[in-house]
Amino acid sequence: DGNYCLTCGSDKTLKLWNPHKGTALRTYQGHGYEVLDAAGSFDNSQICSGGADKAVALWDVTTGQVVRKYRGHAGKVNCVQFNEEATVIVSGSIDSTVRCWDCRSRRPDPIQVLDEAKDGISSVKLSAHEILTGSVDGRVRRYDLRMGQLCSDYIGSPITSVCFSKDGQCVLAASLDSTLRLLDKDTGELLGEYTGHRSTTYRLDCVLNEQDTHVGCASEDGHVYFWNLVEGSLALSLPVGQGVVQSLAFHPRLPCLLVATQGQVTLWREDTFQPE
Amino acid sequence: AVESSDSEEEDLVSYGSALQPLQDGERIKKPVPLQEQTVKDAKGRYQRFHGAFTGGFSAGYFNTVGTKEGWTPSAFISSRQKRADRTILGPEDFMDEEDLSEFGIAPKDITTTDDFASKAKDRIKEKARQIAGVVAPIPGTTAFDDLIGPSKITVGVELLRKMGWKEGQGIGPRVKRKPCRQKPDPTVKIYGCALPPGLSEGSEDEEDEYQPENVTFAPKDVIPVDLTPKDNVHGLGYKGLDPSQALFGVSGREHLNLFTGGSEETSNLLDDLRHSKGRKLGITGQAFGVGALEEEDDDIYATDTLSKYDTVLKDEEPGDGLYGWTAPKQYKSKKRPERDFKYIGKILDGFSLASKSSAPIKIYPPPSLPRNYRPVHYFQPVIIAGNENCHLQKALEESTGKLESDPAQQSRHALNAAQRREQLGETELKGPAPSILEYLSEKDRERLKEMKQASEQQMKAKIVSQQSPKNRFQPASPAAAAHKWRMPLGGELATAGSSDFKPFAKNPEKQKRYENFVKSLKKGEKDTLERFLDPNMTEWERGREQEEFFRAAMFYRSSNSTLSSRFTRAKYEDDVDKVEVPRDQENDIDDKETAVKMKMFGKLTRDKFEWHPDKLLCKRFNVRDPYPDSSVVGLPKVKRDKYSVFNFLTVPEPTTSVTQATNEKIQESNSLNKPKKPSRWDVSDKEKERKDSISEFISLARSKADVHQQPPVPATEECGTGTSEPLPTLVANEDKNQVEGNGRPPMDLFKAIFVSSSDEKSSSSEEESDEEQQPTTSERESETTKQVDVPDSSSSNVHESLTATTDSGISSLPTSKQELDATEEFGPKLPPAFSSGRFCKHLDRKEKHRKIRERHKTKKERKSKKEKKKKHKKQKNKGKHKNKKPEKDSSSDTTDSSDSLSDMDTTGLSPKELLRR
Repeated sequence: DGNYCLTCGSDKTLKLWNPHKGTALRTYQGHGYEVLDAAGSFDNSQICSGGADKAVALWDVTTGQVVRKYRGHAGKVNCVQFNEEATVIVSGSIDSTVRCWDCRSRRPDPIQVLDEAKDGISSVKLSAHEILTGSVDGRVRRYDLRMGQLCSDYIGSPITSVCFSKDGQCVLAASLDSTLRLLDKDTGELLGEYTGHRSTTYRLDCVLNEQDTHVGCASEDGHVYFWNLVEGSLALSLPVGQGVVQSLAFHPRLPCLLVATQGQVTLWREDTFQPE
Repeated sequence: AVESSDSEEEDLVSYGSALQPLQDGERIKKPVPLQEQTVKDAKGRYQRFHGAFTGGFSAGYFNTVGTKEGWTPSAFISSRQKRADRTILGPEDFMDEEDLSEFGIAPKDITTTDDFASKAKDRIKEKARQIAGVVAPIPGTTAFDDLIGPSKITVGVELLRKMGWKEGQGIGPRVKRKPCRQKPDPTVKIYGCALPPGLSEGSEDEEDEYQPENVTFAPKDVIPVDLTPKDNVHGLGYKGLDPSQALFGVSGREHLNLFTGGSEETSNLLDDLRHSKGRKLGITGQAFGVGALEEEDDDIYATDTLSKYDTVLKDEEPGDGLYGWTAPKQYKSKKRPERDFKYIGKILDGFSLASKSSAPIKIYPPPSLPRNYRPVHYFQPVIIAGNENCHLQKALEESTGKLESDPAQQSRHALNAAQRREQLGETELKGPAPSILEYLSEKDRERLKEMKQASEQQMKAKIVSQQSPKNRFQPASPAAAAHKWRMPLGGELATAGSSDFKPFAKNPEKQKRYENFVKSLKKGEKDTLERFLDPNMTEWERGREQEEFFRAAMFYRSSNSTLSSRFTRAKYEDDVDKVEVPRDQENDIDDKETAVKMKMFGKLTRDKFEWHPDKLLCKRFNVRDPYPDSSVVGLPKVKRDKYSVFNFLTVPEPTTSVTQATNEKIQESNSLNKPKKPSRWDVSDKEKERKDSISEFISLARSKADVHQQPPVPATEECGTGTSEPLPTLVANEDKNQVEGNGRPPMDLFKAIFVSSSDEKSSSSEEESDEEQQPTTSERESETTKQVDVPDSSSSNVHESLTATTDSGISSLPTSKQELDATEEFGPKLPPAFSSGRFCKHLDRKEKHRKIRERHKTKKERKSKKEKKKKHKKQKNKGKHKNKKPEKDSSSDTTDSSDSLSDMDTTGLSPKELLRR
């Protein structure tokens, strides 16, 4: 909720930080290989993470113990997400499946496997009733539970990251052709296209800022690029570091950006930023 | 042993056990003085009179309670965890171990109790009693008792035994007796001691005959007087039924015989049984009831004969031991004829043997098989092509009324050129690869070739006797195959009949045949294939081909659902250089790629499917299950519409239709004021399609082959320079476009329209991209013009015109062909118009960019700008309008314009919102 920051890395651990103070709060050990993604639940009580050990782990934040481990993916788990109530973990893997794990029961097998993708899943996002997946097969799939629909938008090049806009009307998809596309959720129309950064090999994140005014994306040239959402013009490029900027995340409400690059997490904010 | 000792030691009888001889130097033990004789328990404790259970001995630990420390309460155990373990204390818990020992009050050892100990004394009495009751007993009743009953022998008896006494003997000096006795000796005797008691009496009796003379015998046992008081109210001499008798399970017949006369003589038959049982004592007893152990209650009244009570009218009992209801009746009745004679002596009263046997059932033997009969059924003799049996084949054809034009006079070597070429592996001068399925069928084809070659070799080998092996090779006769296949195909083929599916596109003749075949199959004709088959093919090839066709048809049917998910959709011959991309379940990738290239997202890149989330997932997401009734999870496998023809037609592009429908739905939902478009798409098209389907099929089938034969370049050029081209091909194209157009109307019609654009983009991909561009452009336009009022709908004239053409082309299908021809002709005539259209598109794109740029500007500004653009477009549109559709009615235009307007409104929503943000 903006107070904590989770990092996961190739040291097989997750770390919980207070980004505002820069203090490491806790370390979570238990994964067998690199941890590729982690997400926190809405109430900060649980963490889910997925790693190269093909397992999805559910952590208890306070005790630091693995509450549950879900094994079933055939490949590395690229991305994990909680649903709104932290009752389901949705994980996407390079085995081209998205699996929905039940946190409530002790079922070892997933509730549902979404295996429509033809290639690895690179990104998963959830809204209240939608599962948005970006796949390397160049498609953004949106599973609408309420409608019982699967909408698949073809982007072409492998999708690295997808995200919903805050208003839930648009979908931002970053692909390996160094382009971000803003698609209308309902019709799949292209609303905007944002280029200028470099994204050709890595799985980089893209974000929309807290007010949906700007589109941000990490780049392989060590910058974070920002575009005006409506105009599509490059608004800002933050020189973050030398290497690839792997991940970035916006504060849910405040103009505050977390950027991960080369083992560093940096917090960017305006000078006038006041933590809550 | 006793006997021998007796014989040796004459009359010396020693009683008791001898003392052990004293060792040298061993003192005689002093007897323990009386005062020192104390009672101690096993632990050496003095036993005192204490305690309750053992009469006062040794209660507790050294006369205390419990343990050394005295009585200590057992540690407290919470009953929360061990509630179930709590034991109920019995008296044993308070006993000492002595009490549980052999002589305690509650011995744990297993000992024989008195109940089971044999009453040695009583037995004699019992014996006496039995003997008294038996009229003519066979001796030896005790044998079993000795075997069975445990013996608890009193001291006296034991003493007697040690002195050589055997049970059953009298006491006293042994006597000589004459060995021969009459059999029915009333007394029970055991002769001699050598025999173990377990031997049956009969054998003993037998042995008795051979006893040597010098053997002495023990005196007879005295039968004590039965002194048991009569304490019951039975009659004198009454004895209850011996349950052991019942236990032996003597059959009813035996009982009958026993009881009828009361004499043994009648039961001679069964005596062996009784002997083996060794017991018939107590049988004569009468009982008031039947014990639970008895099997039958017929013998309650012992003097009754069964015949008296045989009141049930039923089959006569065979009397062979199969008595009762256990014997199967059929068995009996079956055996009756033979049995009658066998069991003459046992016929029951009231029955008499039949004087003459019933007439035997006449059995008709099965017809004798001909010599050369083979027990395997072939549906129809299949004549292999060969000169020797062509006559036969002719005859057969005549008989079956086949329409085969040519009996296979020409061998398979007389192939046509195409086939030969194919066999030689030459590539045909063929047009575009029209369908991916063709490639698949090539595999099939290869298989066919292999099969052919193999069979050819076979044929050569067995040209003389080519009956069996190849016939098996051939799946079945065509008719049978048709039957076989029609079942599953049935309805689906009816829908899938005339298709753009061309599995044999490589071989146009074959394809033609195939289409004919499918068509006729749709009509439900039986001998569909025969008439379409190549006359100069052998029977085998024909059958083969038919099977192939069937398979292809099936394949196509299944390919609708399964295969189409794997491969790119079958392309049409005007799409020249399509890459064979493995198809996603979603729509064509290459279409989309081009769309993406053109940045035309939206409908073209969007696929919508019905997707069934798991119930639990819905629950967890707090979402109502959208499909509460379905048990499907994920994507449903096959989804079809009700309308067969339409369904089929949309099958190649299920997704787009869906998307359109959904889009339209969305539009509908968004703007309720335009129901026109969806209705037109959904209803009218379907209906019209259904109406025209047959004619289309025909024309399609007719034209397809022609089209296929054409090389690719003409196919494309044909559009460009279309007017000069022969009409039929055009018609074919148009037809196909129509067919396709129903699935995705705008594209193909756009294609048809824009094909002739003489720009540098000549390839179909470009065209396609154009087409794909079109809807989005239209939407773009609509977006741009969304602010504009309704009256000046001319702003979207380009779009309008385009849609109008499409709409008219589809909505007025009866005349559509002509119209399309007309447009086709118009197209090439007027390149500027098309270029202008293209230009429009470019403009649109520019516009878009501009739009994006200008979004922050005020709406009014934009309006004005758009006005300008509108003017721009108007001109073009006018030109286009003029050129393109002079004959088109204005009504469609208006409707289209309204449609486009509706599009504008609906699609304009999201950008607006975006702008607002």
